[in-house]
Amino acid sequence: MNATLHLDDVTRVHGSGPTEVHALRGVSFRAHAGELVAVMGPSGSGKSTLLTLAGGLDTPTAGRVVVDGVDLAALGGAGRARMRRTSIGYVFQDFNLIPALTAAENVALPRELDGQRSRAARKAALAVLEEVGIPELADRFPDEMSGGQQQRVAIARAVVGERRLILADEPTGALDTDTGEEILRLLRARCDAGATGVLVTHEARHAAWADRVVFLRDGVVVDESGADPVDALLEPGMSR
Amino acid sequence: MSVKQALLALLEQGPMYGYQLRVEFETRTGSTWPLNVGQVYTTLNRLERDGLVAGEGVDDDGHVVYRITDEGRDEVAAWFTTPVARTQPPRDELAIKLALAVTVPGVDVGTVIQRQRTATMVALQDYTRLKRAGRAANPARPDDMAWSLVLDSLVFVAEAEIRWLDHCEARLRRAVRTAENTATFEAGQPREVNR
Repeated sequence: MNATLHLDDVTRVHGSGPTEVHALRGVSFRAHAGELVAVMGPSGSGKSTLLTLAGGLDTPTAGRVVVDGVDLAALGGAGRARMRRTSIGYVFQDFNLIPALTAAENVALPRELDGQRSRAARKAALAVLEEVGIPELADRFPDEMSGGQQQRVAIARAVVGERRLILADEPTGALDTDTGEEILRLLRARCDAGATGVLVTHEARHAAWADRVVFLRDGVVVDESGADPVDALLEPGMSR
Repeated sequence: MSVKQALLALLEQGPMYGYQLRVEFETRTGSTWPLNVGQVYTTLNRLERDGLVAGEGVDDDGHVVYRITDEGRDEVAAWFTTPVARTQPPRDELAIKLALAVTVPGVDVGTVIQRQRTATMVALQDYTRLKRAGRAANPARPDDMAWSLVLDSLVFVAEAEIRWLDHCEARLRRAVRTAENTATFEAGQPREVNR
């Protein structure tokens, strides 16, 4: 099976000489269409570095990062920026919506930057806002929305334009338990509908929504869970 | 677990026989804490002896039906209004295992922690799958809601276990670093003095 995201023996070193820091050391990682993969690890384990490399926001010191069959390092800055508008969606802990733009305008922005006419971009934005369950908020500004609603807008912005790879960095970090779970439910639904999701989180309860959980320590993958469900835990009524 | 009070509480809904009680119990709690029918009947016999339930005779299919007595209702009311005692924490195999792992020589505590974390994460993923699909996902009936809340409880316990493991790992690594720094400092001390 072809992976949407493919990290091949990726190393990222910050600085050099005595202050050199190895953020990632030879990490290989794959995420497939329809799959949500969680990355867990303590701060400094390299999980955010992994995500910024996958999103083309940073380039590896060694190794390859391939998205949709394209080697990001081979693209150059302009090519990577284009990939971020067309193939890769990024979701941040603090939403990062533009305060002066409405929900629909925030979501339409990547389409317009990609050269789409504003009417078509708005139409695409409204369709995605509907898909994430907030069509009625299209003309609200970020400060008129709750945290959970803003994160829904951010997810809509990350997927508009048929982007298939969603990278989420602690997307529930600024939300309460219930709202956080709704965001996970939404990410999960996007992946069930065929997107590829990578979720960086330090909360086990949220990582548990993923098909696979990858544990990072000191820039190395130390373990992975989630190959097969445990069959000891049956839904009541199914055991009889 | 208090099978006695749980069965009494179920009988508040109306008279039932043993197998029915078991089914009702498991509809609310999943097969998380399975009850065997023998345990149900033993408990019913004890409850009858103590005057908390009374036999209502035999139904058409030959099942012995029990109903709750006034004393039984008082017992249920007392159960619901009294907090579960936390004075004697249940024996925790993982805490004991880790306490021994850090003290017994030759045990790789890091590996013990990581293996457990992965295993607990697998269980947590499984609980979450049950929450996403099935009757816990959209709890329409009270017993679906009950099962959904039991699943949440399992989720929070598993999460707490993983957080505790993270915490243990972080503390142990810090302790190792501190020990190494102290050793370097002590080894370097005479050189400083001699210079």
